[in-house]
Amino acid sequence: MLWHALSLQLGYNATLVAIGATLLGLSCGAAGTFLFLRKRALVSDAISHATLPGVAIAFLVMVALGGDGRWLPGLLIGSALSAWAGLWVLNRFVARTRLSEDAAIGAVLSVFFGFGVVLLTVIQSLGTGRQAGLEGFLLGSTAGMLYQDALIIAGGGVLTLLALLLIRRPMLAVSFDPDYAAARGVPVARVDMAMMVLVMCVTVVGLKIVGLILIVALLIIPSVTARFWSEQADRVVLLAAAAGGLSGYVGAAISASAPNLPTGPIIVLVSFALFVLSLLLAPGRGVLASVLGQMAFRREVHLRQGLLALAQNQPVYEPLTRRLLRRAGLTRADGVATEAGQAQAAKALRDEARWQIARADPAHDSIAVLYDGLRAIETVLTPDQIAEIDRRIGAPQAVTP
Amino acid sequence: MSGALFVPLSLTPLLIGVLAAIACAIPGNFLVLRRQALIGDAISHVVLPGIVVAFLLTGRVETLPMLLGAAGAAVLAVILIEAVRRLGNIEPGAAMGVIFTAMFAGGVLLLEQSDTSSVHLDVEHALYGNLESLIWLDARGWVSLLDPEALAGLPPELLRIAATLLALCLLCWLFWRPLALSTFDEAFARTLGLPVGLIGLGLVIVSAGAAVAAFDAVGSIIVIAMFICPPAAARMMTNRLGHQVAWSVLFATLSAVLGFVFAGYGPLWLGFADAVSAAGMIATMSGIILVLAASFGPCRRRVGAPTA
Repeated sequence: MLWHALSLQLGYNATLVAIGATLLGLSCGAAGTFLFLRKRALVSDAISHATLPGVAIAFLVMVALGGDGRWLPGLLIGSALSAWAGLWVLNRFVARTRLSEDAAIGAVLSVFFGFGVVLLTVIQSLGTGRQAGLEGFLLGSTAGMLYQDALIIAGGGVLTLLALLLIRRPMLAVSFDPDYAAARGVPVARVDMAMMVLVMCVTVVGLKIVGLILIVALLIIPSVTARFWSEQADRVVLLAAAAGGLSGYVGAAISASAPNLPTGPIIVLVSFALFVLSLLLAPGRGVLASVLGQMAFRREVHLRQGLLALAQNQPVYEPLTRRLLRRAGLTRADGVATEAGQAQAAKALRDEARWQIARADPAHDSIAVLYDGLRAIETVLTPDQIAEIDRRIGAPQAVTP
Repeated sequence: MSGALFVPLSLTPLLIGVLAAIACAIPGNFLVLRRQALIGDAISHVVLPGIVVAFLLTGRVETLPMLLGAAGAAVLAVILIEAVRRLGNIEPGAAMGVIFTAMFAGGVLLLEQSDTSSVHLDVEHALYGNLESLIWLDARGWVSLLDPEALAGLPPELLRIAATLLALCLLCWLFWRPLALSTFDEAFARTLGLPVGLIGLGLVIVSAGAAVAAFDAVGSIIVIAMFICPPAAARMMTNRLGHQVAWSVLFATLSAVLGFVFAGYGPLWLGFADAVSAAGMIATMSGIILVLAASFGPCRRRVGAPTA
């Protein structure tokens, strides 16, 4: 069943939803990355909650004009307008008052959402049954998605991606260092605004599929996931888009494969699963990689200290050091150095002496800071420099076991 | 409206609304000053999975397990956010966004998967609360306030939120100095030997307690709004912490009373038949108060900002 869903063979509606969710995930991942790199990830929370009153007002206006009230483009325009109002209030609070951004986000989010709920109850009291569908914007409802709706979502997603492609350079500059960008002549305030408008667009587009409470997840989680895998901003954006698209596709497929699996939450949980995998397994920044790195570092320190102890004829009592030395074939079982062990111990002691000279010599100032007790001196000095130091130390001395 | 109608139908919801608003506003002051305002947002989202898990484990809609579940979920969320922030080296806002949205999605999924059609448990209820339904059926008028038999029929939510508020005030009074010190100057507080990390965690846990108790009665919109709006508005009025807390209590009370009255009677005055959501209206009122304070409050600007 899941396989059928993944290969888009579960019927018309499921296919529409899967394609829409994939495109939505792609554009959310890409747009959210800029927000995340700008350290304003939670602004999206304010934007998404601020769409609710707009949806309700658009419905009321369309009903007052004699329409159906559930015409999707109209609702989306309304939601975009009220998200814009929320964003404007948020920026005014931060610029004109002493409120910090997080408090302003919380204030906009809760007040707009509360007002939206008031309007929803107004709509409920207007007449029974007519409000059906508006609650769907809270958590998304894909059951009755029309071809037209899918087209709007796809079109919005593609347009957002194109806009992102066009202004990605200034947006990246502003994300990393707004002051430097301003000094370079980038209009920081306007770029920030463009970034917010793009986020607003994907939020509005995503209302139908994942709903306004969970769209935040699609904006934040893929970019955080992608950040684990690369240090290059361009790649992070691409990876985030890929993670978002994959979550959208797999999530929509899973939710179509069995009853009672709401699309929005499933998409969010799939993307959270990707996040957890990345947190644990990503090379470099992942938890597993840093645990392994730490263990390797510890082994290195123990080996080095063990060798220095051997070289100076000191007994080694530390069990881990003894084990490591023995396993590397540097000592025998009774703790006495082997041939290879003697050679490496002598080398370690000599390197230590070389470092001492190098660190005491003002001419080698720049490398003195690199000393950490582990770094091989050959990696920072040329053979000529080392020979010069060796001349000062004198000839090598034999290690007596 | 006469006492015979007001006391049973409006007095208890109004009182519960006011108490819940104050209970959230007091810890909210410190959260806003510490730039942790969105913890309230995160907590009120994760309350849903906590309640659903408690329901699935016990199989009944009972208050105590649900409160425990919600509190457990809040603490778990705080721990997870901290873990993700440290393990992944991610900025706190994004870490929060990852955890609370994922937990909320999990809650919605569990709710859809389990058979909760027979019980009153749904997402809308969690968001809006049911302030209007907390009526006091045994009351016959103002005299009932002195009648022990009628008092026994008070909605239990009222007693719970009152007890929570009392405990909160007590804690706030007891730990006022360390709390204020660590909020304004963490480094100085640390040199005095105060357990700064513990104070921060304690504040978050107390806030979670307030959020859960208030959520039980009024839903999560009020919780988020009251954590942030009254303290933020109070911040525009004064530069002294004690005065700020007092202002925030005043603003919280004002939003709850005005919101409740406008929600109940506003539509009638405008000629409509039905009341609108009280929770939403209270949040809206707190927003209006915040906008007024931000426009006219004497201390609305940052220190050092140009005054022109």
